[in-house]
Amino acid sequence: MSGAADDAGAGAGASAPASAASTEPTEPGLRVVDPWLELRRFTPARIGLGRAGDALATKDQLALRLAHAQARDAVHAALDVDAIRGALDGHEVLHVRSAAPDRATYLQRPDLGRVLAEGEAARLRSAAVPVEAKGGPAVGATSGFDLAFVLADGLSPVAVQEHAASVLRATVSALPGWSVAPVVVATQARVALGDPIGEAIGARFVVVLVGERPGLSAADSLGLYLTYEPRTGRRDSERNCISNVRPPVGLSYEAAGHKLATLLREGLRLGLTGVGLKDEGPSLGA
Amino acid sequence: MAYSATVGSVRHVFPDLKTVLARASPMRSGDVLAGVAAGSEQERVAAQLALADVALRDFLAADFVPYEDDEVTRLIIDTHDAEAFAPVSHMTVGELRDWLLSYDADGTAIAALSPGLTPEMAAAVSKLMRNRDLIQVARRIRVMTAFRSTLGGEGVMSTRLQPNHPTDDPRGVVASIIDGLMYGCGDAVIGINPATDSPVATIALLQMIDEIRETYEIPTQSCVLSHVTTSITCMERGAPMDLVFQSIAGTQAANAGFGITLDLLAQAQEAALSLKRGTVGDDVMYFETGQGAALSAGAHFGMDLQTVETRAYAVARAFKPLLVNTVVGFLGPEYLYDGKQIHRAGLEDHFCGKLLGLPMGCDVCYTNHAEADQDDMDTLLTSLGAAGCTFFITVPGSDDVMLGYQSASYHDALYVREVLGTRPAPEFEAWMQRMGMVGVDGRVRELPVAQHPVGALAELREHAA
Repeated sequence: MSGAADDAGAGAGASAPASAASTEPTEPGLRVVDPWLELRRFTPARIGLGRAGDALATKDQLALRLAHAQARDAVHAALDVDAIRGALDGHEVLHVRSAAPDRATYLQRPDLGRVLAEGEAARLRSAAVPVEAKGGPAVGATSGFDLAFVLADGLSPVAVQEHAASVLRATVSALPGWSVAPVVVATQARVALGDPIGEAIGARFVVVLVGERPGLSAADSLGLYLTYEPRTGRRDSERNCISNVRPPVGLSYEAAGHKLATLLREGLRLGLTGVGLKDEGPSLGA
Repeated sequence: MAYSATVGSVRHVFPDLKTVLARASPMRSGDVLAGVAAGSEQERVAAQLALADVALRDFLAADFVPYEDDEVTRLIIDTHDAEAFAPVSHMTVGELRDWLLSYDADGTAIAALSPGLTPEMAAAVSKLMRNRDLIQVARRIRVMTAFRSTLGGEGVMSTRLQPNHPTDDPRGVVASIIDGLMYGCGDAVIGINPATDSPVATIALLQMIDEIRETYEIPTQSCVLSHVTTSITCMERGAPMDLVFQSIAGTQAANAGFGITLDLLAQAQEAALSLKRGTVGDDVMYFETGQGAALSAGAHFGMDLQTVETRAYAVARAFKPLLVNTVVGFLGPEYLYDGKQIHRAGLEDHFCGKLLGLPMGCDVCYTNHAEADQDDMDTLLTSLGAAGCTFFITVPGSDDVMLGYQSASYHDALYVREVLGTRPAPEFEAWMQRMGMVGVDGRVRELPVAQHPVGALAELREHAA
């Protein structure tokens, strides 16, 4: 079966395994290089581990446990909203919750992670002051904001904690003149929670920065989902995605911000996101 | 037709058979998500009490998905074997459970009954069974299939060697194949999930595995798990394709979500048969299923996870597959939340598949957001070994670096061999003997790769690149 059925983003990558002995004895005083060392250059898979009877050797067994522990902790970590507020100095930050009251419910009820808890939409509407009220400039929006960012914990709050603020700053600096709504931090959130949030705020685009499902050692991979005219009921085919933001191994903040800004400008020109908007779309200039 | 059961002073009424089955299902998150689960433990047992008294005949008249709208329903009804059904036609679901557990129900008797059972009957009886029942009855059922190796024989438990790579790098895939062969894995199939589902990528991988297989005269079969339409294209282009793979589900609408119809599967099977690549058999299809597939496509029609899953087995058995496996823990905690639910579902799927005559295997697996770990997989693998599971998936060190989940490891193949006394397929076992891979004690020898008979495969890697 290809592709896990979750919308908080697919995990990616894996660590190099703990290696077996790097050399093998042949004759006394002569050692040859382990062929696995060479083979291991071609794959991150845990090959050539060696055996303790029929089992993994202790160090390999514990390496597997540690990688799983890191992934589990990444899934179950709580997003530190105050720390994000601090990292986003200069941006107003609003915190909203999905209808999933806790992590266990969130993991079992993806539908609840896609809708706002009661009262949150109204709170957003009153807290996010539209652009025209401030008299500020807007590139595309005739009312409300050009762009809203939602930092969604998803399946890896750790990824959001580590990378989201930097990606957001890189994107904003690549989009001069765009009016940006107060940043919304959403907890127990799936990608589609960006739709009711963007709708309540009145944003032309919503960008959801979400923690992707952790793989065994890529526990902090961030995904970016871009939706034009967000409203409840948007389909996944109406979004664009940039995945595996995770410097230094994955995409850098600058590259992610540039890619996102390019997609946003092209999406504005075409008036859409999703399958009709290609990743390699031409840049419309600064 | 409504069904009911009274527990204490409360009369529980269920409007139809579909609802009885759903409420009777052991607790799992996917049924809660779908809104079909029992509201309390007592309601669950009340539904099981009601289900135990349902006549098996009722299943032939029940409307799970309308006949006119669903080709899977038509397949189930049109191919139902009334003669095979006759010996149990007077029974209730509870009586069927008792008969299956009785000493009368040996492998021959169950195999004779199999074409007379619908998938929903199999699902129903499994809901009344404990894990030990699922293990004990499944163990009696032998389903033999063959291509270049013969699977499903007495005491045989086979493995799929799954050498996945994040970018399909042939050198990386070869490295994982060498590693797996050194543990004696791969007698069911050497099967790659490709990172890119395209004819070009699929053909490149097929040619690479085929070269290894021919060079070392390995009596097994290869498969690149691309979409069935990709496989058809590859065969048209002359690719060395042994098995056609496809994910399948239990309703026409869910299969549409996979981009398949029964006609398309038949077309692919015919193309693969025409290649005549099998040596000891001509079973050319490989299917994967999993509880949650239909629900994730919004195409479960009010059925519980497990009932609609068994309908996928009706699809599978129409195509005489070499291999079928449930990917039990792969779809995530919104369907099967924890180790207990994954364990139960794995045993149900294996039992129901075998009862319906399939060579049932299992991807003993979990994702990192499920409440499960390798200990749970050890327990499930051991249970499945006791149940006579046809094969299981093995990956290097339990870590699938392409799909991002954990399955059983190459080492686990050694474990079941030692603990449960199982062996690989006879042709593959003879090959291991010829290659000097088995020690005098009958165990798979541990040799440095440079001295290992298949270690020379490493030299192929540059060629493959």
